[in-house]
Amino acid sequence: MLKIHNVSKAFKNNDKSVNVLENINLFVEKQEILSLVGQSGCGKSTLLRIISGLEKASSGHVKLYDEIITKPSSSIAMVFQDPRLMPWLNVFDNIKLSILNDNKETQKFKINNTLKKVGLENAGDLWPRQLSGGMAQRVAIARALVQEPKVLLLDEPFSALDSFTKTNLHEHVKDLWSSLKITIVMVTHDINEATGMSDRILVLQKPVKNKISKNEIIKINQPRSSYKNDEYNELIKNCIFKTNNIQTAAFI
Amino acid sequence: MYLILKNINLKLQDKFPKYLSCNLIYQLSHNIIGIVLPIIIIIIWYLLTITETVRNNLLPPPQEVIDELLNLSSDGTLFSHILITLSRVFYGFVFGAVVATILGVITGVSPTLRSFFDPTIQALKAVPSLAWVPLFILWFGIFEDSKIALISVGVFFPIYLNLMMGIRQIDKKMIEVAHINNLNYFQTVRWVLLPGIIPEWVTGLRSGLALGWMFVIAAELMGASEGLGYLMIDGQMTGRPALIIGALILFAIIGKITDEILYISAKPFLKWKVSLNTMQEEENNA
Ligand SMILES: Nc1ncnc2c1ncn2[C@@H]1O[C@H](COP(=O)(O)OP(=O)(O)OP(=O)(O)O)[C@@H](O)[C@H]1O
Ligand SMILES: [Mg+2]
Repeated sequence: MLKIHNVSKAFKNNDKSVNVLENINLFVEKQEILSLVGQSGCGKSTLLRIISGLEKASSGHVKLYDEIITKPSSSIAMVFQDPRLMPWLNVFDNIKLSILNDNKETQKFKINNTLKKVGLENAGDLWPRQLSGGMAQRVAIARALVQEPKVLLLDEPFSALDSFTKTNLHEHVKDLWSSLKITIVMVTHDINEATGMSDRILVLQKPVKNKISKNEIIKINQPRSSYKNDEYNELIKNCIFKTNNIQTAAFI
Repeated sequence: MYLILKNINLKLQDKFPKYLSCNLIYQLSHNIIGIVLPIIIIIIWYLLTITETVRNNLLPPPQEVIDELLNLSSDGTLFSHILITLSRVFYGFVFGAVVATILGVITGVSPTLRSFFDPTIQALKAVPSLAWVPLFILWFGIFEDSKIALISVGVFFPIYLNLMMGIRQIDKKMIEVAHINNLNYFQTVRWVLLPGIIPEWVTGLRSGLALGWMFVIAAELMGASEGLGYLMIDGQMTGRPALIIGALILFAIIGKITDEILYISAKPFLKWKVSLNTMQEEENNA
């Protein structure tokens, strides 16, 4: 349903043009969970932002079904790495931001429903400053889910959380995914997260001059079981090792 | 002093039911504590005058000041002086605040309009405010309009500057959130820009109001037949220090009250902010 076609992106940094993404091609199936992994700075967030419509590709395009994405739309929701809640709005109103055009009744119904789903049914009146990190992140996820998007983009939304909250939220997202039948593209630094949650993993490489970089895709067999994680771990590391000779131990 | 009051507070808490005592007495003790210093000053003032350490024709004793004010208020003149000063501040403040808010918002939102307006406004800011007086008198006459214009000028700058900076400093990430959630322009202004700058706006309004009070005195000292500033001049001309001091105290009290009104009416919009105050209040409500 999501088609990424020959997407490249160059940024101008101090008059120097830096290629961040080069000719990315990818097809994401409906209801698939796809993880993006790769070194810091290899363009994962940039790719996600291009899919969301926040950023324009230098060349190539992204299509949702048959429509080229040019600007943010309500079919695609995004959760940033930091929760990005408006400090001046309480939890309820923060979530309301993504469904401002609905009428009041619908808003109330949807928001209370979503709050329940992320386990925050009593937090509607709280200010962001009164939330824990995990709660704030769940509010951010609720804000993305309440608009019932077709595609959910997650940019390392769990990376700042402790492993307990993380596991909890993984379960949440999986539940929501199976009940809402959405497609998820997720950036992560955590291989267990990638192998545990996704159908496929795209390993992004930094473009190297005069070299065609190869972005590998790893398919995770379903149903997953945890003992296989080590196997995948190796596989992903190999992927990155193959094209890059930089020490890789630290970056995932 | 604070500790003593806190102790009283604690002791009282033992006697009263907690839900009653806690909040109320805490609040009261906080309000009372602000009155302590003025009372000390009045006592020292009283002692200085009663012992004739300072000559009474320079610093009259407190009761003389009170007498003077009571005397003036008996036929309603004091009240009308207060009213006229208040109305000058009010109109000057409203006029200055409205213009400053509009200009602050549009220069904050649009870089083009900022480069168009801001250099001029910053240059005007450098003009000493009293330098406007001759021009305003020429333009608006010697009566109300020129005074209100002068007050507006004073009120304008802090509000304008705070607003413009406030809008410019709004986190770009928040704008992105608005963008990704498909907020249109007005929704972005309503849900992101305006609520985000209320703290800066209130800060601007409060310093604007303070300058408004400063400028109303300037305006009234320079020529008025009514108002608190006029009373001071009158006191100077007729050699009545009690009147000058009385007017001074009234300025202080009324200025403080208007600031408090502004602050209290803004408070509901600032609940989201963490400040030391809100933390203490929440601690006490818990
Ligand atoms: N707005 C921008 N202007 C200029 N350069 C940018 C911009 N955004 C990103 N870049 C550059 O693009 C590259 C990729 O950035 P991106 O944020 O996509 O990396 P990432 O893979 O998400 O890294 P991380 O894992 O650390 O989040 C970086 O080298 C960064 O310097
Ligand atoms: Mg990133």
